[in-house]
Amino acid sequence: MAELQFREAIKHAIDEEMGRDERVFVMGEEVAEYNGAYKVTEGLLDKYGYRRVIDTPISELGFAGIGVGAAMNGLRPIIEFMTFNFAVLATDQIINHATKVKYMTGGQISCPIVFRGPNASAGQLGATHSVSYDSMYAHFPGLKVIYVSEPDDAKGLMKSAIRDDNPVIFMESEQMYGMKGEVSDEEDYIIPIGKGKIKREGDDVTLVAHGKMYHVAVQAAKQLAKDGIECEIIDPRTVKPLDLPLIIESIKKTNRCVVVDEAHPFGGLASEIGFLIQREAFDYLDAPVQRVCLPDVNAPFAKNLFDIWFPSPKQVIDAVNQVTYRN
Amino acid sequence: MAKKKADDVQFAPKGVGEIKDGAVQKGVDLPPATKKKHKDLGLSADKLKAMYEQMYLQRRFEERAMQQYQKGKFGGFLHLYIGQEAVSTGTVFALNDDDDIITAYRDHGWGLCRGISANEGMAELFGKATGCSRGKGGSMHFAKVDHHFWGGYGIVGGHIPIAGGLAFANKYNQNDRISTCFFGDGAVDQGALHETMNMAQLWKLPVILVVENNGYSMGTAAKRHTVAEIVDRAKGYAMKSAVINGMDVFSVYEKMKEIANDVRENSEPWFVEIRTYRYRGHSMSDPQQYRSKQELEDYQKIDPIQRLKTYILEHKVLSEEQIKEIDDKVEQEILDAVEFADNSDFPKEEELYEDMFEEDNPYFHV
Repeated sequence: MAELQFREAIKHAIDEEMGRDERVFVMGEEVAEYNGAYKVTEGLLDKYGYRRVIDTPISELGFAGIGVGAAMNGLRPIIEFMTFNFAVLATDQIINHATKVKYMTGGQISCPIVFRGPNASAGQLGATHSVSYDSMYAHFPGLKVIYVSEPDDAKGLMKSAIRDDNPVIFMESEQMYGMKGEVSDEEDYIIPIGKGKIKREGDDVTLVAHGKMYHVAVQAAKQLAKDGIECEIIDPRTVKPLDLPLIIESIKKTNRCVVVDEAHPFGGLASEIGFLIQREAFDYLDAPVQRVCLPDVNAPFAKNLFDIWFPSPKQVIDAVNQVTYRN
Repeated sequence: MAKKKADDVQFAPKGVGEIKDGAVQKGVDLPPATKKKHKDLGLSADKLKAMYEQMYLQRRFEERAMQQYQKGKFGGFLHLYIGQEAVSTGTVFALNDDDDIITAYRDHGWGLCRGISANEGMAELFGKATGCSRGKGGSMHFAKVDHHFWGGYGIVGGHIPIAGGLAFANKYNQNDRISTCFFGDGAVDQGALHETMNMAQLWKLPVILVVENNGYSMGTAAKRHTVAEIVDRAKGYAMKSAVINGMDVFSVYEKMKEIANDVRENSEPWFVEIRTYRYRGHSMSDPQQYRSKQELEDYQKIDPIQRLKTYILEHKVLSEEQIKEIDDKVEQEILDAVEFADNSDFPKEEELYEDMFEEDNPYFHV
């Protein structure tokens, strides 16, 4: 195992795949000469040159579409968005084209492409820079959606994403890029898309948390352990396909569940998981599934309001207390 | 500025299509056609014959498709290309067979010209498994990717960046292929075009971006939906540009060949406005109140197929009899296609779940 920053783990994955397959290239704003807005692509220009590491204008719709066309015509693009908040401008290409060209041409076209970048909020950036989009993309048929929480997952899943022959959304976080973690130094380290991981074992309650929320869940679990409550934390890692069997197995043991999701409440991953648990494990539940999400409100700027808005360990503890009837 | 009364405030310009100063205000003005003869253009008698046959095939295919639509044989939208056949035909004959073509939803002519058989095309309209897109695409999504026809696309302007990407991959692979992208005048107003033009010029992509300006963005005349001359958009991007008479197949062929050679040689994009005219409505449900009958008749007088036929006869490339043989052959081909489409099976129910992902056993959320 090697200790790597999150950004390094992603870079190593991209680097390895670029070395392995000449069709893989990186395109996005500030990815080349600037070395990456968050330094994820640092050094790649020097190593692979201007043909394979390409700075774009601030034209998300345009360069996402150029990526889609290049993928259709035999290449394997990695398209970086400076944040998925800007990718909203490119959704015509992601949703209307990348996911549909194969189907509507009766299978004649393949579109192996990775759209990657940070997702959700990163402190006081205001309303337009703080939205979590993983559930939205997961809604659409034809996309695989990954939102990782730790460097090891990032490395193994990024390599899988690049090798996948379908469009993949790969989400990171500005606030996690500097976070260090042990990363497998296994040669050609691959984590299959669609496999979650039990990251903490416990018998009392299941916490499902991914992306940045995983770390909120960990803090809550530590606190709760002091009170004798042992949380089992499942990080689905991939939002779609969702590793439902892993979650259901855990529910059968703990009989209680809290989903922690940095999305607004309506129609998000938390509501989907809640529905699936009632369908698959109704008889095992000792309490209604609870969720900790963002409120149905835009991100505020003011620090005090932001702190209320952003899901906290305290809210997770309260939800656990609720499902364990401890309050 | 003096305040106006609310009723006098106007945004979109009005009045195109009306008689003004004794003449119809046309959606587009045609540039002059080339004066060159077929031999000057390097077109053999056989090529000319093939061109005529192809244009007539596109015309009759759509006339029959319209009939079948009206008979209720299939649903969805049906956007007819009738009147614009010189654009597809002149272009396809000018390009290499492995150059890329991608277009918008008015795509039947393009598909037929790039190797979709009348059978496969008609069956696709009918939504049959034997269609070019296996019944999954319909009228707007004809495709024949092994012939480098990347398909018709239903989102106005959505395929323009994709064309840039096709060209990007060709440049990346240095394979000597160029890409061409066709879209209507309505797409000129989409941001996707402008983002692509900027990047295409900046990155020297081997792509030709072509506006098929048929004068109308659905029911809105070009002069009512976009400012100034469309071709002049190129100036802002320092891009090479041209205006072509799209009612004359020789003009399209000549200029597109010249442009394709330039793109192949210099790996630089072009922005081309081909002025043409569609005889039918935007789609089948269009009452066409936005244009005058006289304008339509004026264009039908310079019909591209009739024009080529007249040329062929005048220059004794083919006799009346030989033309009739071609016409009869095409007519039969189309009738057979209707029968083929009618008799073909719809896709099987399990095909609903096919073509979503590359793997054999993909995941579907339930």
